[in-house]
Amino acid sequence: MLIKRRPSWSLPESEVTPRSVYLNRRKFMTGAIASAAALAAPGLLRAGGSPTTTPLTFREAPEYSTDEKKTPFDAVAKYNNFYEFGTGKGDPAKYAHEMSVDPWSVEVDGECARPGRYALEDLLKPHDYEERIYRLRCVEAWSMVIPWVGVPLATVLSRLEPNSRAKYVYFETLHDPKQMRGQRSLFSTIDWPYREGLRMDEAMNELSFLAIGLYGETLPNQNGAPIRLVVPWKYGFKSIKSIVRIRFLEEQPKTTWELLAPSEYGFYANVNPEVDHPRWSQKRERRLPSGVLRPNWMETRMFNGYEEQVAHLYKGMDLAKFY
Amino acid sequence: MLPAAERMVSSVVAKVIVFCVALMPLIWLVTDVVLGRIGPDPGQEITERLGIAAFQLLLVTLLITPLKKMTGWPGWLRHRRMLGLFAFFYAVLHVFAFLQLILGWGDLWATFTRRPYIALGAVAFLLMIPLALTSTKAMMKRMGRRWKPVHRLIYLSAVFAWLHFLWQARSDVTEMVVYGLLLLALLFIRAYWFGVSSLVPLRKSRA
Repeated sequence: MLIKRRPSWSLPESEVTPRSVYLNRRKFMTGAIASAAALAAPGLLRAGGSPTTTPLTFREAPEYSTDEKKTPFDAVAKYNNFYEFGTGKGDPAKYAHEMSVDPWSVEVDGECARPGRYALEDLLKPHDYEERIYRLRCVEAWSMVIPWVGVPLATVLSRLEPNSRAKYVYFETLHDPKQMRGQRSLFSTIDWPYREGLRMDEAMNELSFLAIGLYGETLPNQNGAPIRLVVPWKYGFKSIKSIVRIRFLEEQPKTTWELLAPSEYGFYANVNPEVDHPRWSQKRERRLPSGVLRPNWMETRMFNGYEEQVAHLYKGMDLAKFY
Repeated sequence: MLPAAERMVSSVVAKVIVFCVALMPLIWLVTDVVLGRIGPDPGQEITERLGIAAFQLLLVTLLITPLKKMTGWPGWLRHRRMLGLFAFFYAVLHVFAFLQLILGWGDLWATFTRRPYIALGAVAFLLMIPLALTSTKAMMKRMGRRWKPVHRLIYLSAVFAWLHFLWQARSDVTEMVVYGLLLLALLFIRAYWFGVSSLVPLRKSRA
């Protein structure tokens, strides 16, 4: 009797991949290569230093916008404090392309009913975008006027259903030394990640804004892509960039600059011409772009000119003490 | 050409080269301003770059003596005065830029008394003034043995300038550490060769 021994490589007919599946796979592969190329292309462009922003659809919100002259896009996108990419004002524009912002997710935790990891799209999907032209006053005594595109912070936070114990909201920037060369620096004194926080009533104020774009397009990486905070009545460092965590807290969180130099930077950091930074005066600011021989000086306004909307938040507080 | 004349020509050429190199930071700065590459906050950028140039030239000036000692060629000394004066030149521009472009000539007294980092910078600058004034050959002759101890004030000025720089760091001090190590090396090598007392300004050197 002939005993047929199947060699180890032999397969029964039942295991053969049907022709249709085989062909589909080929199609899939071609598609995959095409989409990989498409994905890589912006990366290649980025490596070349060109901006990779895309246009956004939004409505204008004149009720929240100043009609002051806007700071040109070039200045907004090339003059940044984003120490994750270096301490020079030009460093973020040079190196922020090393950060990948797609896909992006935000971890929500703490005192709320809907914690979890949200894909950026899911966090933003239910909301319409609006454009608000805000003043931005840096603690270093310069300022800009920037048309942001985004959603009110309050609408996003409400959907996460903070509970009654949530007295503060805390934010963190991405911490990834591989993508952020400033975090690799040997002599950086910042304890990464960058942390910021607001009191709940500040966060729910109508001016608090989550920006995803500026000048009608998605944020350039150096401006805090893909999602950042904008609190226009506070010094710029409160407006944390590239947010990866939102946490609701009962206690006031420690924030990065407060941890680093508590005598110079407080938790509140409200723009206040009466309270000087220990190293310089806050009475005036240079509105950028500034002139070469004659700086574009202007008087700094209380709460950066947003007194009407926010002064009530601090009634009875000694702002020289809670700076 | 006579050997003496040849030496003179080559010394003049060397001086012109050093002059041009020392002028480079200013040329770059002016070029950037003229071409609009200085960024949206020119006052800050100009002031910072002039300050850095002053400090760099101070360090180069301090490098001359070690170079002379290590190479055994005294010719290095011929360039020391010009380098020191360039450091002073940039310091003057830096101070002027700060007053004009950042401070706007207001709050002068408060600025210098209440902001220690500016006070430190002011001390570093003030210490350079007598050195610049007594840098001429005639003054060297007139001061004789007193010249050297007076000019050791440059060590103090450099240390104050570095502290002034360090104090402005907001978080990342890499640049300050690098400059600090360079300054430390320049001072240390003098202490090693000539004794710690050689670093003390205004102390009469033993003849």
